[in-house]
Amino acid sequence: MKKKKEPIWIAREFTKCSGCRKCEIACSLFHERRIWPEASRVRVFMLVPGAEFPHLCAQCENYPCVKACPTNVLSVSEHTGAVLVDNKACTACGKCINACPGRIPHMHPTEKHILICDLCGGNPQCVRVCREGGWNVFKKVARREQTYSLYARKPEEVTQDLCAKFYGEKGEEFV
Amino acid sequence: MIKGYAGKFLEVNLSTGKTKEVRFDDETLRDYMGGRGLAAKILWDRLGRKWEEVEPLSPENVLLFLTGPLTGYYPGARICVSGKSPQSNGVVGSTVGGEFGVELRCAGYDGIIVTGQSEKPVYLFIKDADVEIRDASKVWGKDAKQTMTLLTRECRELLRKRYPLFGEWREPAMLYIGPAGENLVRTAVVAAKWAHAAGYGGYGAVMGSKRLKAIAAKGTGPLPEVANMKKVERLIQELCDGVYENELWRRWGTGSGGYETGAKTSSEPVRNWQDEWHDEKSFGVDKFENRVWVKQCWSDFGCPTNCLKLSVVRTGKFKGAITDNPDYELQAYLGPNLGIFTPEGNVYMASVIDDLGLCGIQTGNVLGFAAELYQRKILTEDDLDGLKLKWGDAEAFGALAKKIAYREGIGDLLSEGTYRAALKLGKMKKMDLLPYAVQSKGISIGAHGIRSGKDYPDIISYACSVQGGDHTSTAGLPLDGGGSELMEIFNDSGVYCNFNGFGVRRNFRFEFYRAVTGLPLTRKEWCSRRAIKTLQLQRAMLLLGGPDLKWIPKADDVNPPRFYEPLPSGPYKGKTTDKAAVKEKTKDYYRAVGWDANGIPATKTLKRLGLDDVDAAMRKLPT
Repeated sequence: MKKKKEPIWIAREFTKCSGCRKCEIACSLFHERRIWPEASRVRVFMLVPGAEFPHLCAQCENYPCVKACPTNVLSVSEHTGAVLVDNKACTACGKCINACPGRIPHMHPTEKHILICDLCGGNPQCVRVCREGGWNVFKKVARREQTYSLYARKPEEVTQDLCAKFYGEKGEEFV
Repeated sequence: MIKGYAGKFLEVNLSTGKTKEVRFDDETLRDYMGGRGLAAKILWDRLGRKWEEVEPLSPENVLLFLTGPLTGYYPGARICVSGKSPQSNGVVGSTVGGEFGVELRCAGYDGIIVTGQSEKPVYLFIKDADVEIRDASKVWGKDAKQTMTLLTRECRELLRKRYPLFGEWREPAMLYIGPAGENLVRTAVVAAKWAHAAGYGGYGAVMGSKRLKAIAAKGTGPLPEVANMKKVERLIQELCDGVYENELWRRWGTGSGGYETGAKTSSEPVRNWQDEWHDEKSFGVDKFENRVWVKQCWSDFGCPTNCLKLSVVRTGKFKGAITDNPDYELQAYLGPNLGIFTPEGNVYMASVIDDLGLCGIQTGNVLGFAAELYQRKILTEDDLDGLKLKWGDAEAFGALAKKIAYREGIGDLLSEGTYRAALKLGKMKKMDLLPYAVQSKGISIGAHGIRSGKDYPDIISYACSVQGGDHTSTAGLPLDGGGSELMEIFNDSGVYCNFNGFGVRRNFRFEFYRAVTGLPLTRKEWCSRRAIKTLQLQRAMLLLGGPDLKWIPKADDVNPPRFYEPLPSGPYKGKTTDKAAVKEKTKDYYRAVGWDANGIPATKTLKRLGLDDVDAAMRKLPT
């Protein structure tokens, strides 16, 4: 009997991020067949040098983006737990961006639809390359009952936290 | 059109405020590729006829920011900055790591050509095809960190307003200058990411002369299409798999050099090269790792090596200082070269240099030069505006670096760089100070000495290089070998980081070039017909020089006097450079690259390469 796929989650440890953007390269190659940083579903922000981190869907337990979509083009994958976008039906209204506590989804630069991490169907490419190089910012884990929405933070907020950690009391002024 | 190129270049005239698109034909791109090669070609075509009269810091100079077809694909992206150099009066292909080249190519441009001079401080903001020249008065005078913070905020705000439905905008990539560039200091850099810099050449001063504070670029497209993406992916994987095995640079970057290059190979500048050996274990890489590194892996776009480490001083009087590792060059030049042997003092110096927008190598060199003159009582406390420039005193050296960046007091003179400062000070003091100037062709020598014979540079590496003391572009034979300047021309024209070129198969880069462009390229073709053209152009413009200084062919193809003094201590005590051997090797080198007995590119060579107009200019040189 074929084993049923269990929902997964990408555990993340931002302080280890080197800012190499291999995750973006892998993601855009997988989804777009090009190296295309702004079309990548995971994007490394560097609002402050040294405070790089990957910004990607946290698959919140309550999926506010899915609920906010007026045209019902977002759905949750039973297999992986990822948010799936019906690209053809998406109207690019941007309501999901506002609903996301971390404002994580963003528009495809040339196509008229939103970009949200689809966990590559259960084998996330960003995790593969990050672990291959030993940075281990990402780890694929089984999805549990946990408040994943804590990881849906806005870029400024994450940057401030990382600056406080690396640069101390004055660090947050760099943002 | 050749694959791998965006296909167009952006030209900005800061005098008129006009911008336009420029294209180069396939033949030009095939012969000169991009980056350094194309820079030499553009500069020769635009300024060659009047090269000797072009003042590098005048509106006439052309400032270039060029990528190559490999930028963004070959792991470790960089961009090449060039123009007529205010240091050598020739052309330097000066590269800096980071995402700028990638953003630019994703915006649809292979490079930027900046001409003229703005009346007021400005910065360029590029968002795909939209190019704006914007007011920079509120960041003029600001240091590196403030500049980046303020402009990142401003650009993201603009993007947010203009494209409210896009979602969160990432920061654009940025190149900028600090106060040193604004004040036309010849050792000023074009900087990125707080601690990255295109240092050799002095293009920060050129940017300052044009009143161009920064360029911010955001490209939302893909990298230009390549000929064979599957093959490119395979080559990237092959390179990365090799790098992942390299514990040395992945873990320590070049940061182990601060101790090892002194202790092991005796080739590190110590107190202005009075020595090249030290055994100060306080400067061991373990000290850096345990005391100041807060992030072990810091990379630029696509780089598996992450030779950079993020450093922050946590304790003591230098608390709060931030920089990268420092890498070996800054470790050496802002460490042992100034008699500083602690990670904290070194990180502090590097952070001061970064913030001011100075070159750590060349400012470290001129600081060491000044300190030796103080040691020898040639420069007095009075000359130094009351500074006691004692070896090891990081605060004093930091204070002098600030004077240099703002051209205050003695700093005004030292801001001219070691060579020019030695000439001027020598006149004032009525003595020959060149024996204390460790430079070649106006460019300070990188932190790898030649006396012990145990480091990578050869005895003619700096003397015969078209980029003078630049340790990333050293001359060597055989011409098609790994130590040849022609191979560096490939890296700098491709444009990617040469640190991801170690340990790969011999012809890996040529395979990579083919997978990207679709064009076959052999090592032989590269060395005998293409890179050699770039080399001749660079040599020609270096020899033409002017207007303030000219190099005498052959007579100036020499090592600094210090390299002929015997090493005073360490395992290679007494060793020095063999003058006769340098002469012999220089002759061999001239012959190999097709220069005449005086080091001038020969008619036969230039005609064979189709550089007849260069030949005409060379024949007018005095011999």
